[in-house]
Amino acid sequence: MDLSLSDEQKQLQEAAERFVRDKYTFENRRKIAASERGWLPENWAQFAELGWLGMAFSEEDGGYGGGPIETMIVMEQFGKGLVLEPFLPTVVLGGGMIASAGSKAQKEALLAPMIEGKKQFAFAWLERQSRYNLADVSLKATKEGAGWSLSGHKGVVYNAPSADHIIVLARTAGSAREPKGLTLFIVDAKAKGISRRDYPTQDALRASELTFDKVSVGADAVLGKVDDAFPVVEGAVDRAIVALCAEATGCMDAINAATLEYIKTRKQFGVPIGKFQVLQHRMVDCFTNAQEARSMTLMASLKIDDKDPTVRAKAASGAKVQIGKSGKFCGQSAVQMHGGMGVTDELSVSHYFKRLTMIDLMFGNQQHHLTRYSNLAMAA
Amino acid sequence: MDLALKPEHKAFADEVRAFARENLSPATREKTFSGKHYDRDDHMVWQQALGKKGWLAYTWPKKYGGPGWDVTQRFLFENVLAEEGAPRILPFGPKMVGPVIYTFGTDAQKERFLPGIRSSEVSWCQGYSEPGAGSDLANLRTRAVREGDHYIVNGQKTWTSFAHWGDWIFCLVRTKPDAKPQESISFLLIDMKTPGVTVRPIIMTDGAHHVNDVFLDNVKVPVENLIGKENEGWTCAKFLLANERLGIAEVPSSKRGVSVLRQIARAEPLNGGTLADDPAFTAQIADVDLQVQALEMSELRVLSTMAQGGAPGPEVSTLKVRGSEIQQRIAELTMEAVGEYAQPYQPGMLFQDTNETPIGPDHAPPAAPRYFNMRKTSIYGGSTEIQKNIVSKMVLGL
Ligand SMILES: Cc1cc2nc3c(=O)[nH]c(=O)nc-3n(C[C@H](O)[C@H](O)[C@H](O)COP(=O)(O)OP(=O)(O)OC[C@H]3O[C@@H](n4cnc5c(N)ncnc54)[C@H](O)[C@@H]3O)c2cc1C
Ligand SMILES: Cc1cc2nc3c(=O)[nH]c(=O)nc-3n(C[C@H](O)[C@H](O)[C@H](O)COP(=O)(O)OP(=O)(O)OC[C@H]3O[C@@H](n4cnc5c(N)ncnc54)[C@H](O)[C@@H]3O)c2cc1C
Repeated sequence: MDLSLSDEQKQLQEAAERFVRDKYTFENRRKIAASERGWLPENWAQFAELGWLGMAFSEEDGGYGGGPIETMIVMEQFGKGLVLEPFLPTVVLGGGMIASAGSKAQKEALLAPMIEGKKQFAFAWLERQSRYNLADVSLKATKEGAGWSLSGHKGVVYNAPSADHIIVLARTAGSAREPKGLTLFIVDAKAKGISRRDYPTQDALRASELTFDKVSVGADAVLGKVDDAFPVVEGAVDRAIVALCAEATGCMDAINAATLEYIKTRKQFGVPIGKFQVLQHRMVDCFTNAQEARSMTLMASLKIDDKDPTVRAKAASGAKVQIGKSGKFCGQSAVQMHGGMGVTDELSVSHYFKRLTMIDLMFGNQQHHLTRYSNLAMAA
Repeated sequence: MDLALKPEHKAFADEVRAFARENLSPATREKTFSGKHYDRDDHMVWQQALGKKGWLAYTWPKKYGGPGWDVTQRFLFENVLAEEGAPRILPFGPKMVGPVIYTFGTDAQKERFLPGIRSSEVSWCQGYSEPGAGSDLANLRTRAVREGDHYIVNGQKTWTSFAHWGDWIFCLVRTKPDAKPQESISFLLIDMKTPGVTVRPIIMTDGAHHVNDVFLDNVKVPVENLIGKENEGWTCAKFLLANERLGIAEVPSSKRGVSVLRQIARAEPLNGGTLADDPAFTAQIADVDLQVQALEMSELRVLSTMAQGGAPGPEVSTLKVRGSEIQQRIAELTMEAVGEYAQPYQPGMLFQDTNETPIGPDHAPPAAPRYFNMRKTSIYGGSTEIQKNIVSKMVLGL
């Protein structure tokens, strides 16, 4: 057992820290969030240059041979800066699915340019009725000549406004909510028949509602096997969950640090409010919560490549439960300890709080993953 | 002892309900149930209707124009209005400054200010907090210096709710430097139109504008606007805070919140059924429902003591603490009920009467913003920590 970072990993961490320090001051982030796109192409180009877009992919896929620990390192720093560039949908989800299920041709056409920073993705899985059930999919793909025709609706598709390609989870067979009978399609974002309603999210990211009206794609649009996408999707989402957990630990570190600083300097009754024991203990609980979150994220990052899907799923759900719990505790406590300042848009605390809250809602909240973990653990 | 209502109280509840149905605009009512923000008119039109009926200042004694209701009638009034989707009565006039004026003011002041409060023709805001005086209110620095028959006021108030709608602000000011609060603070009424009063918005987490900074720059205030004696304003200030804490538990709106939450659970899809089929979720609703019942019964016990002539003791702090936790919990569960569709941010649907359609279900747009916003309830009106300090000191003798 060895839980220390390698020299390269330390360098990666330093580089990511530096990026956040230089490019993601609170005021800078505000500007980026308010810009048309909601993220900066020059930052994306820098990610490509630094090798972050390819770090987690194997060398044969054109990457640099890293893995989940590298993703964890970078995502954690992104959490500290509340970075807005669409790394999760493009690299972790899109790139991840293409790497795990794509053909040689698809990898060449899509993964290689993604690593160079020239292509972005969005993953469309959720529908109005799905809640957190990845198999609750009714968007239909029907055979049309050699290819397929897609019709239906997808919701809260992150990065859809900027994506070049949308990876769509569609039903090709089976009944509602059946894991069997699902297929992934890689669709050109500008394809005829796709209409978009774009919007910002609570935490200043960009997403869309998508309507597919008889969108025609060729046979080569299928990613992986027809009717058999569920295991690919579940694996990719588990990976995304662990990446989100790493982002959340970064958010927690930052919000705790800001709060600690605040209670050391804000004075009431003639003393810094950090002198009041009730706040001291709450601050201690914040740190303990962040520690637990970091531990579970590390454990999940180390188990996410396990060959046994149950080990992987339990690790991802376990970490997500912890992040939900810790994120809520740190977020709510930070706001409370800031008093009125905590509920304004003016300080960074409320922005971290919003992001932590949204992370809990993404890909299943604390309760959902507790149930998933519990079912898997009871079945063993 | 009896929980059942007497026939005359049932008739009273029917009368209140009929009044609400007749006078509450459908648009305002709709905002309540969909969780949108009210604008000034939503509040004012409704409050003025209540004022005409003589019901706005419903906690006041008959002598000052109150309806003279008993505890049961007040309870029914508040509950029926919440069920009907009425906006809460903004407390600054009828619940805060009004009672201070009729308790500590001169006859001339009562005559001058009470009618406008009772009718809601004049709207008020509360100028207590300052950047350096939040929990430590006595640390306030705003200075009022007597010059002939005026005070010249300089300083900054902050967190002033609805100052941008306010005609008047009641302020705590320091009339004697470097002395104990009991000997140096005065309670002053200031017309917001006086030169030197500037209001600057503070934007909240969810993007809403409710609170403001209020800058007071050489503001000339006639001495007849002083309530009580100079340097004795701390008594008024504390009298008001005790009243504020009592009304702030918001039981009726939490009851409505629980019922709306159950409706949302019945509407939210889950695995071919609805979220209402998920016992893990519905048990959490039941849990908060029971907390509301405990709070309501505790509040009724306090009110019943008051009806027999007792004063609300420092125990009301526990009601404020629980009341805020409950409001926060309901907002949290509502957001969780909405799930992924709580993520889209639609300010247009929250703050403006646009024709925008919701991105997810109708109940989705306000869910997360409301959760963020409700964090304020354990901060304002005396934070949870401060309330617990009060209980441990005043009730438990620690
Ligand atoms: C099962 C058991 C085994 C033990 N074994 C040993 C042993 O092997 N060797 C040994 O030397 N001792 C031992 N102890 C004693 C133990 O260390 C003491 O009980 C402990 O230090 C607490 O002291 P106390 O019981 O006097 O409680 P107190 O110190 O009187 O504390 C009472 C309560 O006040 C709280 N409190 C005290 N000070 C503060 C403060 N500054 N801020 C906030 N809260 C405060 C405490 O947390 C506690 O809740 C043992 C005790 C137990 C119960
Ligand atoms: C939405 C909103 C509306 C408001 N409306 C008004 C208004 O209309 N008029 C008005 O005058 N004011 C208003 N306020 C101000 C409100 O009363 C103050 O925010 C509140 O008193 C807390 O003060 P503060 O924000 O300065 O926090 P601080 O006093 O700085 O408190 C920061 C943290 O320290 C804790 N703390 C402070 N002292 C102690 C202690 N002794 N022991 C333990 N913990 C402590 C607090 O509990 C809090 O967690 C409003 C506030 C909000 C958020």
